[in-house]
Amino acid sequence: MTIKQLQNVLKCKCLTNDAEETLENNKIESAFACDMLSEVLAFGKGQELLITGLTNPQVIITCKMLDISCILYVRSKQPNEDFIKLAKENGIVVLATGHRMFTACGILYEAGIK
Amino acid sequence: MSIKIPDNMPTIYTFNVIGKDLINAGIASQQIKKILESLGIEKDIIRKISIALYEGEINMVIHANGGQITCVFYEDKLLLELRDKGPGIKDVQKCMQPGYSTATEEIREMGFGAGMGLYNMQKNSDFLCIDTVVGMGTTITMEIFLEKINESK
Repeated sequence: MTIKQLQNVLKCKCLTNDAEETLENNKIESAFACDMLSEVLAFGKGQELLITGLTNPQVIITCKMLDISCILYVRSKQPNEDFIKLAKENGIVVLATGHRMFTACGILYEAGIK
Repeated sequence: MSIKIPDNMPTIYTFNVIGKDLINAGIASQQIKKILESLGIEKDIIRKISIALYEGEINMVIHANGGQITCVFYEDKLLLELRDKGPGIKDVQKCMQPGYSTATEEIREMGFGAGMGLYNMQKNSDFLCIDTVVGMGTTITMEIFLEKINESK
């Protein structure tokens, strides 16, 4: 599904204010949910989406290392402005939903994300 | 087969890693990733190198109060040497086990210290050597081939 579709399914905000075109052209087929970056580095290879609650700048570096193009914040977590700026510089889309991680994962799994 | 390294490209890169500065960690890994991308190396291999180097860099920041990273490009492989004057590793075997970590609570709150560091480095490198002396420091050497080796047996 596209990031736009994902946004609709989870009713989430785009914190990086990406253009509609970016949200509609980028596809997400697989995801990894975790709050430990070392685990993401160990098991997150080949995924397009990281579902997390962790808001420090190393999240962006980790995503960059793994070519993860989108971060979804759960539990209404809000990273700070510096984080958003860094995400934008690195072309990473940041979304936020009020759902808990378990619920967000369940909804996305039902919608076809593996 | 070998990778064509442009004549004007340096083949040795060194980076100083600052200890305890987890906010800025990852500079060496990001720069090497950029170089690998510019060389047109396959994505899977770039990811392997990025993960191995980034884990090493994070370990130096967390456990060893920084150190020095040297990356040497060869025609067929990349050699990574991570040298620190930290406390050394008391039990290498234990530290290689996934899940074993000596990281503090503060480090865990940043999302590290899951005990996957050395395991990830081993998993993503084609050669790994850990030379450590307690109280003196650790040097980790890794080699990663820049092209896929024919895996058929």
